[in-house]
Amino acid sequence: MSGIVNSLYNMKHMDDLARRESPIHDIHPLIKLITTVVFITVVMSFGRYDIGRLLPFFLYPVIIVIVSDLPKAPILKRIIIIEPFIIGVGILNPLLESETFIVGGIELSKGWITFGSIFIKSLLAVTAALLLLATTGMDKIAGALRTLRVPKIFVLQLLLTYRYISVLTEEVARMLRAYSIRAPQQKGIHRSAWASFSGQLIIRTFDRAQRVYHAMCARGFTGDFNFGSVLKVNLKDNIYWVCWIIFFAAARLFDLPVLIGSMITGVFFV
Amino acid sequence: MHMADALISPLVGGTMMAATTAVAAYSIKKVQNDMDEKKIPLMGVMGAFIFAAQMINFSIPGTGSSGHLGGGLLLAIMLGPYGGFLTMASILLIQALLFGDGGLLAYGCNVFNLGFYTCFIAYPFIYKKFVKKTVSTGRILAASLISSVVGLQMGSLSVVLETVLSGKTDLPFKTFLMFMQPIHIAIGIIEGFITAAVVAFIRNSRPEILERAASGERLGAVSLKKILIVFFVLALIIGGGLSWLASSNPDGLEWSIFKTSGKPEIEASGGIYDTMSNVQSKTALLPDYELKTLSGIVGGIVTIGFVALVGFIANALRRRKINLKSRI
Repeated sequence: MSGIVNSLYNMKHMDDLARRESPIHDIHPLIKLITTVVFITVVMSFGRYDIGRLLPFFLYPVIIVIVSDLPKAPILKRIIIIEPFIIGVGILNPLLESETFIVGGIELSKGWITFGSIFIKSLLAVTAALLLLATTGMDKIAGALRTLRVPKIFVLQLLLTYRYISVLTEEVARMLRAYSIRAPQQKGIHRSAWASFSGQLIIRTFDRAQRVYHAMCARGFTGDFNFGSVLKVNLKDNIYWVCWIIFFAAARLFDLPVLIGSMITGVFFV
Repeated sequence: MHMADALISPLVGGTMMAATTAVAAYSIKKVQNDMDEKKIPLMGVMGAFIFAAQMINFSIPGTGSSGHLGGGLLLAIMLGPYGGFLTMASILLIQALLFGDGGLLAYGCNVFNLGFYTCFIAYPFIYKKFVKKTVSTGRILAASLISSVVGLQMGSLSVVLETVLSGKTDLPFKTFLMFMQPIHIAIGIIEGFITAAVVAFIRNSRPEILERAASGERLGAVSLKKILIVFFVLALIIGGGLSWLASSNPDGLEWSIFKTSGKPEIEASGGIYDTMSNVQSKTALLPDYELKTLSGIVGGIVTIGFVALVGFIANALRRRKINLKSRI
């Protein structure tokens, strides 16, 4: 129960975050979408033993969080929820890898490096995706998809699904509350009620879809979805993506940490 | 079953994205041709239904644990394969953006693994065959059980293949397979039971919903051939992608080469060799290996320190700004 209420709250919270105002929120949605995808692709293109070279990429989420003035706690919480799966897949690496390396006299499996690389990558990718939604909002992302010529059926379906998640989740929460009051001290839905419980929900869903459709028709729905005014890509959008692409390219092509490190060690040790 | 970005190489992700886009484009064409516009709100609301239904815990008899609905097969039964596939695709996009569950780079993989096998293989070739002539609760149960187990088995096999080909983790193919497949048999059985229960309930109380869904698309004569053509094209795309993988030698295959040849110089496997040699020429300022590791570590710490410093300074500046404002 509390899980449902929580996720509903989280969804609404994401919408609230996306409605804020900041220089990042002002950037054209399409530019943000493309920058995010490029960021994730570049990060994932690193090999299994590259940890150091991934570090400069933390600058991207940090800058976005700072400039967009988003609260850090809810985003961190989301990331922590995702991490156990990543850890579950990667944690066997240190055991499976027979190659070793030596750090400070201790012999360690190279699997720790690959594990670390998976961990950092997932951290970066999840943060980037969450930040995209938190600074843009689903309706603007859908608008960006339309600009990319994604068929309107898919975009419309995406928006309707998103819009109705909270409605149907509230419906489920009501049904579950009614069920749990009548079936105290029971974990989950009993087998005898599997069919009727979810069947009832689906019938309610269908009826709601009918009503939604009629309401849409009454308001002049002809199969198109109005995304509002089409935003133009202007100078600040171009500056935004050019700066990030230069940074991604630099961090991908050059080993920035080693370059910085060799400058420092060159000064102090040579 | 949702794959994360961190386990996927861009090549595998890109190939699967291409495959998914092809299937989705085909589905959109079919949906446009075959369905009345009434179905679009229905697809949207059904997508939301799957989200809502995933929050219901069904207690599994005799185990003390509980399972929940995945929904691929149910969507195919309710909306037909095309509508089902598209609905699954939008569900997964929302999950990736809203919850970070399944990545954006892995999006193509996830839609394919969770949507394609249930909607385009298990549903038309197993489920429909079972309930073609006579429909009874027993038949619905058998059809749902077999199709959801088969659909999930294919899906989890794909997960294993895509992960191993991406080469980001050390899990050997066999171990991963032995781990994934049995778990997904169990999940498939539970999914099959729940799906059958829901479908049978709707058949009893509101049969017209299922009839409408079944008559909405004509999967008989035309589509089968087209699906096979799509499949063939996909095989070509994937085959092409894999041969590219083999020739450009990125992570996955590189790893197997490394394992078999035991050559240590692939140690810093960057993927693209040109950029690697470029980097090496930059770092060759320090030919001594020890010194290079040292500068790597120092540089790493400085980099993270710099990122942290940016964060702290920005925070401090903001606090000052807020303080100033509150004073005014």
